[in-house]
Amino acid sequence: MSRPDPDSATDRLARVRSIASAYRPTPGALLPLLHAVQNELGFIPDDCVPIIAGELDLSRAEVHGVISFYHHFRRTPPGRHVVQVCRAESCQAMGGEALEAHAKARLGVDYHSTTPDCAVTLEAVYCLGNCACSPAIRVDDEIVGRVDAARFDEVIAELRSGEASA
Amino acid sequence: MSIRLYIPIDSTALSLGAERVARAIAEEAARRGIDLGIVRNGSRGMFWLEPLIEVETVAGRVGYGPVTPADVAGLFDAGFLSGADHPLALGRVEAIPYLASQERLTFARVGVTDPLSLDDYRAHGGFAGLARAIGMSCAEVVQEVTDSGLRGRGGAAFPTGIKWNTVLAAAADRKYVVCNADEGDSGTFSDRMLMEGDPYCLIEGMAIAGLAVGATQGYIYLRSEYPHAFETLRAAIARARTAGCLGQDVMGSGRVFELEVRMGAGAYICGEETSMLESLEGKRGTVRAKPPLPAIAGLFGKPTVINNVMSLASVPTILARGAAFYRDYGMGRSRGTLPFQLAGNLRRTGLVEKAFGVTLRELLYDYGGGSASGRPIRAVQVGGPLGAYVPESQFDVPLDYEAYVAIGAMVGHGGLVAFDDRADMARMARYAMEFCAVESCGKCTPCRIGSTRGVEVIDRIVAGEQRGRNVALLNSLCDTMLNGSLCALGGMTPYPVQSALKHFPEDFGLVPDEDNKGA
Ligand SMILES: Cc1cc2nc3c(=O)[nH]c(=O)nc-3n(C[C@H](O)[C@H](O)[C@H](O)COP(=O)(O)O)c2cc1C
Ligand code: SF4
Ligand code: FES
Repeated sequence: MSRPDPDSATDRLARVRSIASAYRPTPGALLPLLHAVQNELGFIPDDCVPIIAGELDLSRAEVHGVISFYHHFRRTPPGRHVVQVCRAESCQAMGGEALEAHAKARLGVDYHSTTPDCAVTLEAVYCLGNCACSPAIRVDDEIVGRVDAARFDEVIAELRSGEASA
Repeated sequence: MSIRLYIPIDSTALSLGAERVARAIAEEAARRGIDLGIVRNGSRGMFWLEPLIEVETVAGRVGYGPVTPADVAGLFDAGFLSGADHPLALGRVEAIPYLASQERLTFARVGVTDPLSLDDYRAHGGFAGLARAIGMSCAEVVQEVTDSGLRGRGGAAFPTGIKWNTVLAAAADRKYVVCNADEGDSGTFSDRMLMEGDPYCLIEGMAIAGLAVGATQGYIYLRSEYPHAFETLRAAIARARTAGCLGQDVMGSGRVFELEVRMGAGAYICGEETSMLESLEGKRGTVRAKPPLPAIAGLFGKPTVINNVMSLASVPTILARGAAFYRDYGMGRSRGTLPFQLAGNLRRTGLVEKAFGVTLRELLYDYGGGSASGRPIRAVQVGGPLGAYVPESQFDVPLDYEAYVAIGAMVGHGGLVAFDDRADMARMARYAMEFCAVESCGKCTPCRIGSTRGVEVIDRIVAGEQRGRNVALLNSLCDTMLNGSLCALGGMTPYPVQSALKHFPEDFGLVPDEDNKGA
């Protein structure tokens, strides 16, 4: 994924301002706006909140409240890839708990954490709609079905080798 | 003329490698100088056969599957492009018993057509319902839907015609149609499959709803876990608009209906209709007290039709073929068909659209082929995370809204998750409470706090601490959640918990009929 440098605050604030003003006329703009910001920057930095609040005539508390309510929005940068493991019933029926344990052990991190090399952020998810091929994981925007420990390792290896060759 | 080949682009088919197979086939064809017309269709919903490749031959569409990239050269060598035999050959896809014995009304086109081709859609009966609706009065369209007996497929099974009538009767300068495409229930994927495999069907259903009630703007509220469906819907809406099926003059009727797809952000509670409205308005997804009903004061305070994807996608068939045609399927007050979703520990998982009245046993064994592990099926959760766990002794109860309520279960969105005999039902009950705690919108105490207490009480029961007392406590906690919650998240979490306790007491360390009288 190519993104503008999220470390450059000026760059980022300018981007957010232009996104926010573009969404201003949209009824109920806040969610699509936050999606656009997160798609662009990878997360929603705290210093963007006043800009968003200003553009939409909301209080900062309201904007913060919305960001923190939804599981999808993040206030800190993720790793280069986000891997979500499904914890819901169908996946549990097919060995999902063992997969969760394996994923954590293999990556050496718990949920909502990123590997030290910043390659992968691990998240839990409650159903990917891929329940017919449980257990399932999501890697960025791709879904992978019938994942066991070996398949999980393969997927992670592909991610890392994809980065190495890129 | 090039040979037509179908390779699914459905998320589940992709999750099993359909993209790699498509690439391998295109490359192999290029290498051999063969001209192929590859259509990326939806899935037929037979997932043990995915990726399922279909070739158009003089004998009809013949299938091969499950195909891996390693099989591709061999398929070419065997002559699969003319339907030749091969170890992966499945014969005519429509003759496969799993599919042939279904009653596909809503899913008639899914897996058959190119999801984004308007010509394909029209050639397979698309827009006939909308065309008929345009020639009718609003009241007549609503009456047709009422007469069909269609009830909401999103969970509560409320009659769709009555809901539409309320919105039609409400006087307002602006009305909305909102499609609930949150599909947060685990074990369910029919909404996703339809949106990815036949998006115009949903679009047509929403346009009919708009015309019927006088709404000029529609929104599809889609969960963020469905990125592929989002792209498909966006593309389909743009094409439908260009073709004049949406927009300022819907199919030359002089009527307006605009449509937009909005993405949620990972909150189960946003499937509850009033939370969804809050979310669409750009707020936290907390539940609104009812009344007022959304039909009277919904999105931005205006009268709003809210329906599930399956409810809306059933409407084109009802309008095209008449209320009676649809109503003739089903039993009792459960009319028409429901796409059942077979998930969990089953050999042949997938989508089975059947009239109401089919039993769990037929779905699990005749279609599902029994458990994937080969062990006995012990429990099936029907209707998502708020649905009851149904034991083997009840597998013959017909799937009908009323018959299910009578056994303390619910049909819901038609998701079935099968567990084999290794399932620990006390653990599943604990998980139900934990899920409620994670996903609670926080408005009511029984749901927000009660669910956390519920986890602790179950832990104590399992650990053998004062079992009798703690079971009584759990039951009274469930009562409080059931009666003291504003919405079904807190109000129905007791269903999976108490059904697990009632039917599988031994998993809680209890002796049947002793510690647990009348749970
Ligand atoms: C916690 C909760 C979650 C729900 N999730 C969904 C959902 O994901 N999709 C859906 O269509 N309905 C869901 N519902 C039901 C909706 O509130 C609403 O009844 C339904 O969308 C109405 O459409 P229908 O009449 O066509 O079923 C949920 C309800 C509750 C209480
Ligand atoms: S029952 Fe739970 S989710 Fe529903 S309104 Fe109350 S707190 Fe919110
Ligand atoms: S339960 Fe895991 S994908 Fe649905």
